[in-house]
Amino acid sequence: MRASTTDADDRPLVELAVVAPTPSTSSPSPSPSPATGPAASAPGFSRAVRCNARSSGSASGTADGDGLSSYPGNAISTTKYTAASFLPKSLFEQFRRVANCFFLVVAFVSFSPLAPYRAVSVLLPLVVVVSAAMAKEAVEDWRRKQQDVEVNNRKVEVFDGVQSFHETEWKKLQVGDIVKVKKDEFFPADLLLLSSCHDNGICYVETMNLDGETNLKRKQSLDVTAGLSEEHSFHSFKAFIQCEDPNEKLYSFLGTLYYGEQQYPLSPQQILLRGSKLRNTNFVYGTVIFTGHETKVMQNATEPPSKRSSVERRMDKIVYLLFAILLFIASFGSIFFGIKTKAELNPGSYAWYLRPDQSSIFFDPNRASFAAFCHFLTSLMLYVCLVPISLYISIEMVKVLQSTFINQDQHMYCEESDKPARARTSNLNEELGQVHTILSDKTGTLTCNSMEFVKCSIAGVAYGDSLTEVDISYGGIEEASGYNVRKDSTKSKRSVKGFNLTDGRLMNGEWTKESRRDAIEMFFRVLAVCHTTIPVTEKNSVEISYEAESPDEGALVTAAREFGFEFFSRTQTAISVHEYDPVLGRKVDRTYKVLNILEFSSARKRMSVIMRTEEGRLFLFCKGADSVILERLSKDNEKPCVTHTKRHIEEYSEAGLRTLALAYRELAEEEYAAWNKEYSSAKNSIHTDHDAAVEKASEDIEKDLVLLGATAVEDRLQNGVPECIHKLAQAGIKIWILTGDKLETAVNIGYSCNLLRKEMETFFVTLDNSGANAPEGCSQEGSRMAPYEQIDRKLQDARRKISLKGTSTPFALIIDGNALTYALTGSLKDSFLDLAVDCASVLCCRMSPKQKALITRLVKTKTEKTTLAIGDGANDVGMLQEADIGVGISGAEGMQAVMASDFAIAQFRFLERLLLVHGHWCYRRIAAMICYFFFKNITFGFTLFWFEAHAMFSAQPGYNDWFISFYNVAFTSLPVIALGVFNKDVSSSVCLEVPSLHQDGVNNIFFSWSRILSWMLNGLCCSIIIFFGALNAVLIQAVRQDGRVAGFDILGVTMYTCVVWTVNCQLALYISYFTWIQHFVIWGSILIWYTFLIIYGSFPAVISTTAYHVFWEACASSPLYWLSTLVIVVTALLPFFLYKITCSLFYPQDHERVQRTNSKGW
Amino acid sequence: MSQVNSGAAGPSAGSDVAAATASTKRNKPQYHAFTQQQLPACKPILSPHMVIPVLAFVGLVFIPIGLACIAASNKVVEVVYRYDTKCVPGNMLHNKVAYIQNASIDKTCTIVLKVPRDMKRPIFIYYQLEKFYQNHRRYTTSRSDMQLRDPKQASAITEFCKPEAYAANGSPIVPCGLVAWSLFNDTYSFAHRRGRGGHTEALTVIKSGISWRSDRGHVFGNHVFPKNFQNSSLVGGGQLDPTKPVSSSANFRAFFLLPSSSSVSTMMDGDCGGVQLSEQEDLMVWMRTAALPRFRLYGRVEADLGAGELLAVEVRNNYNSYSFAGKKAVVLSTSGLLGGRNAFLGRAYVVTGVACFVLALQLTLLCLDDFILKIYYDKAGDLWLSRGWKTFFHEHHLNAGDLLICTFDGHDLLTFKVFSISHCRVLYDTSGVAEGGEDPQVSGA
Repeated sequence: MRASTTDADDRPLVELAVVAPTPSTSSPSPSPSPATGPAASAPGFSRAVRCNARSSGSASGTADGDGLSSYPGNAISTTKYTAASFLPKSLFEQFRRVANCFFLVVAFVSFSPLAPYRAVSVLLPLVVVVSAAMAKEAVEDWRRKQQDVEVNNRKVEVFDGVQSFHETEWKKLQVGDIVKVKKDEFFPADLLLLSSCHDNGICYVETMNLDGETNLKRKQSLDVTAGLSEEHSFHSFKAFIQCEDPNEKLYSFLGTLYYGEQQYPLSPQQILLRGSKLRNTNFVYGTVIFTGHETKVMQNATEPPSKRSSVERRMDKIVYLLFAILLFIASFGSIFFGIKTKAELNPGSYAWYLRPDQSSIFFDPNRASFAAFCHFLTSLMLYVCLVPISLYISIEMVKVLQSTFINQDQHMYCEESDKPARARTSNLNEELGQVHTILSDKTGTLTCNSMEFVKCSIAGVAYGDSLTEVDISYGGIEEASGYNVRKDSTKSKRSVKGFNLTDGRLMNGEWTKESRRDAIEMFFRVLAVCHTTIPVTEKNSVEISYEAESPDEGALVTAAREFGFEFFSRTQTAISVHEYDPVLGRKVDRTYKVLNILEFSSARKRMSVIMRTEEGRLFLFCKGADSVILERLSKDNEKPCVTHTKRHIEEYSEAGLRTLALAYRELAEEEYAAWNKEYSSAKNSIHTDHDAAVEKASEDIEKDLVLLGATAVEDRLQNGVPECIHKLAQAGIKIWILTGDKLETAVNIGYSCNLLRKEMETFFVTLDNSGANAPEGCSQEGSRMAPYEQIDRKLQDARRKISLKGTSTPFALIIDGNALTYALTGSLKDSFLDLAVDCASVLCCRMSPKQKALITRLVKTKTEKTTLAIGDGANDVGMLQEADIGVGISGAEGMQAVMASDFAIAQFRFLERLLLVHGHWCYRRIAAMICYFFFKNITFGFTLFWFEAHAMFSAQPGYNDWFISFYNVAFTSLPVIALGVFNKDVSSSVCLEVPSLHQDGVNNIFFSWSRILSWMLNGLCCSIIIFFGALNAVLIQAVRQDGRVAGFDILGVTMYTCVVWTVNCQLALYISYFTWIQHFVIWGSILIWYTFLIIYGSFPAVISTTAYHVFWEACASSPLYWLSTLVIVVTALLPFFLYKITCSLFYPQDHERVQRTNSKGW
Repeated sequence: MSQVNSGAAGPSAGSDVAAATASTKRNKPQYHAFTQQQLPACKPILSPHMVIPVLAFVGLVFIPIGLACIAASNKVVEVVYRYDTKCVPGNMLHNKVAYIQNASIDKTCTIVLKVPRDMKRPIFIYYQLEKFYQNHRRYTTSRSDMQLRDPKQASAITEFCKPEAYAANGSPIVPCGLVAWSLFNDTYSFAHRRGRGGHTEALTVIKSGISWRSDRGHVFGNHVFPKNFQNSSLVGGGQLDPTKPVSSSANFRAFFLLPSSSSVSTMMDGDCGGVQLSEQEDLMVWMRTAALPRFRLYGRVEADLGAGELLAVEVRNNYNSYSFAGKKAVVLSTSGLLGGRNAFLGRAYVVTGVACFVLALQLTLLCLDDFILKIYYDKAGDLWLSRGWKTFFHEHHLNAGDLLICTFDGHDLLTFKVFSISHCRVLYDTSGVAEGGEDPQVSGA
């Protein structure tokens, strides 16, 4: 048993959905021969697939048949239950809740003679509650089932083994089948790509559902199978595949294809995963490797971690407290009962009318202690209403309705993307009102992630004069009106997505008049050619749009189009561009023969294309990060041009733009030939150092570049982000930005979105260049000490500054990923966090997804306050799952973040309304509802206790059985739900105008222990007033003019009436927002009580027992009954009234002040 | 608890996405006042302006009601006489249980009561027992409603009727259980003497109509005859006449906890002359168990009694309350609109009403002109804000650094425009529903 398991770092992170692409290692080293394959296979590498064996499987002997049938079919089931397992499993789920379990035990005991009232009245509410919860489960599961059925019955074409392909359902697929998937269809299983409509076996897939990336991925079949592009060619196709066992790694695959006496290694390049979609390719053929639940996407489908709100966690504690109270009063009663029972035989208190000499074991004075124990069990049943059985189900209903309100809110609906807000889970609504820290992604969250080409610098001349967001917001908030004006002006002109450059010198062919015409032409050509984009021509539009791997790339190609270099077609070996020829003065079509594409990677930070022009010249076009390009320039670049470009790049990046440098190089034939040989051998090598070899080869050709210029792409801030952040900051919410971007870009975005303000004191915690450039690999102790101490010193400096300046100035902390790796280790973690907590804004840049999640966890565990993470991309998934609340932006970057989130909104600005309005309301509602719930149950439960105390502690209930059973179900349930769903302390506009109201939730003042306990105390007071009031009012003397006196029955009805009135009127007093619904349920509940009493009382006396005709005959005609109800109810409400007035007069809280301000009609 | 959308694994999620992108239908939430949470509503707030009138109103209503209740209660004349020790001979006081259990002693005792005030008919007679826990769970459940209602269900004896469930011969006891078994059996008969030296006149105690009508017809069946009642080894309380359906002859006998051998068939006729015996209403009243050690209806007298009249009560002190040291009393009471004499209700009304009233007054004092901002010119002609400014400050969430632009119309209206530290105009919502706002205005003097 380890005492301290606090170190957050030691625990495994929530499984990041984005598994870092693991470089595929070499093909299986000692490949087993096909014959011995399945038998001799190593563990984890045992899958044997016989392609096209469907028809021959039965014929070719039992061995094959066995091998195949051991793999499951392709049908999937995501349901929790089956028809057979539903009952036991869901029952088990239900009774895992302590409260339900308790009630079950009570229900069992109630069948014994111990029961203070009839068993059915205990059992019925339990059955209702449990079956309602189970019905909900069943409905949800049924929906999942419907989805499964739909998916399982999708059609796909399968080769029948003889001649042709014919349609069949997905669920009938088996491992080894050969399928034909057509354009825009989902892959039915994990497939091995055999061939496609393209000759070289290339196809494009969209993996949005897997990793959230919207760009298309290129897959390529093995050369040997690429030729199988005709249906009939599969007739004779026989192959054997040996590969890894099913696993959840999306980016790795190991296997070997045995085909025609040869072995071929397989890589992820040939694998088409279920869940992705075929794009831009007419059809592909593939053979099924993994089916159904063995597919990678299904292996990845993990239940998201279930989150519970802090209110609910505290509620559990209250339930335990109530259990404690229950146990206390039950044992208190039992002790007294024991004493009294023992005394029954003594002279002077010999209660002969109870026949103690012949009593049953439950009342035997001679065995008083056993009787007391039995009494204890009975009391547990009697006070069962203290622990409200309907609490959980009421809360569940309330939360579902609250979620509906969030979903239906028109103010959180995004017109452009046609997406409303979605509460994907209903159990965190109230947590929204308690958010203390927001951890936000930048790209796609604060910004649109739709890149716009805004500026460029060509041959040392800067073009583009449009203002950027950063320029504007430096002007400050005052110019908000001017901001809108600009918005309008940009809207008025023809807008091209991804392009926002206005400069007369470049547009409409004017560039030909510039002095550096050739450089400009080359610049545009690089833009148009050097990329991996795929052109898409919509059927009914002339415009060509582009499918790009990243929005940046799309913006660049679009820019080229706008400049007159329209890229319109790509084949495997050629790129065709409509070019404006300055010599001819018109557009011409040119086709460039693509020789090599040196692809982009985050390590290389550049990509290059080697191509041959129509004239036969060889060029290498390169674009990449300025740092990488600038160090690969040739000596004979013009100095002033380079320095100008450098300065422009700096300016752009200060302005918050993303920059890329463009360069080219002309190659000599022989040089290229030599290099190409080296390169292709590196590429074809199947060694572990394959990647390194390719990179090395690329390095060799990407040198001596000629700089053309730089591009600046703006990632536009989303609408309303600065205003929203301002509001959230006013609400006292701390905002952290966690981004993968560069420091400068991040800081600039920070300024433009109001997170950093000019009056703020900023601390930069970064490693000096030497440290920053050190590869992460060499983080041994020796080399690590230096940066560690460096960070330590910086943190301490910052702390000292804060303590000097005090709280008068706001501070901001900016830290980068490298520094963070150190700041998150050891003792620095605490000092870093202390510092960060003191700062109003925190900006972390260059973060990996894992670091994002780590920071989130750190903040969550250390501050013990509610954290909210908001992000849009697959890289934010870890963060979203780690935070108390994950909010996904359902923007451009796919659904991954949304799938992992608890709430999904279309744009960042809706966060304001989600937190300040819905969060505020939900928190207030749930808190009030739970407090009130306990209040009403204590009020009721303690009247029972007082009565029992007057009945020799014999566990005699003061009310008729059914009154007790229906208390929570019929007479008080609807008002409390109405409170939880509809109550509003202040209107939404006030919530937004007075953001400081949010602090109520952060400090949890509506669900603090003092508040909870005072509600309980109020309940106690009410129970005392009701019980003793009713006792003194109706007992002893006659209650009616005809001289009749009140018995047990009339006292019970009177007390119960008072309880029903009191708790409902208490609610009416508490509620500050009355629609017809509130009126209806509150007064309706009271009416239901009388109706119930009349109906129940008219049942035969054997059923209704003490309630028989009691209302009409005894109560309704007695003025005393009505008068005492009135005075008792009013008196019982007075303490709350008094408290409330005192509070609001002398210690007014924010929301009360706001309410009053509003109510007075100033 | 469960995720609303949980378990949406890859493929199914994919289908969602596909559906969302394929369909061009708008996802815009429809406007509805309900879903947008904009239902028309009234928003009462517990502000002093609202609370003071309410409290004053409650006070004004409650105090008269209370006084009326007290008056009504005071009109009721009630005479209580405790006789449990008085009716035991002095020589038996040290062992009252032995006295009550001795069947051979005649337990008649006569009490003389003086009527304090005029008592108008009907005068109700009650017996009052204390420390008798009729609300004990064991006791209340020890009965069989089936048996009482239906003559055919005589054997429908519940588990809880024991030990008074079956007679020695095994046949069921009707009515079974402890409640019936312990039937109260003291009897009272009254005689009054008009004036000083007047002749004594017996008062007829009417015992019909003392039970609830629902008991007579429905709870207690018309054709149920007592069987085997009080003939086991121990006798509990009163006897019932087995020949009358649900009716008793007034054979109230005192054979408490005596061996039955010594108590057989010394049947004495009830000598409360002229009591109607058509129904067993005593049993019904008794079996309507009380909530507390309590009060019970015995009968009523249709006669007026004058103040100062003497009333002779002949008590047959049969019931054993001595074992558990319970008190017994006989009560005569008239009744008013609210029933018997009970000052509690009236007092409760008065106390609550006065409390509300005092509270209202106090609040009024506290909040008097709290929201009027006093403005005055000093000699130099400068305008000053004085009393009420603090409240105004808090009411409008003003903070240090806020900018206020005041416009004074020169008479009594001062209009403020408030700008927060961020230079944004602070708007005050006036109605709650309506967006936008008005500027705070203050009237001053």
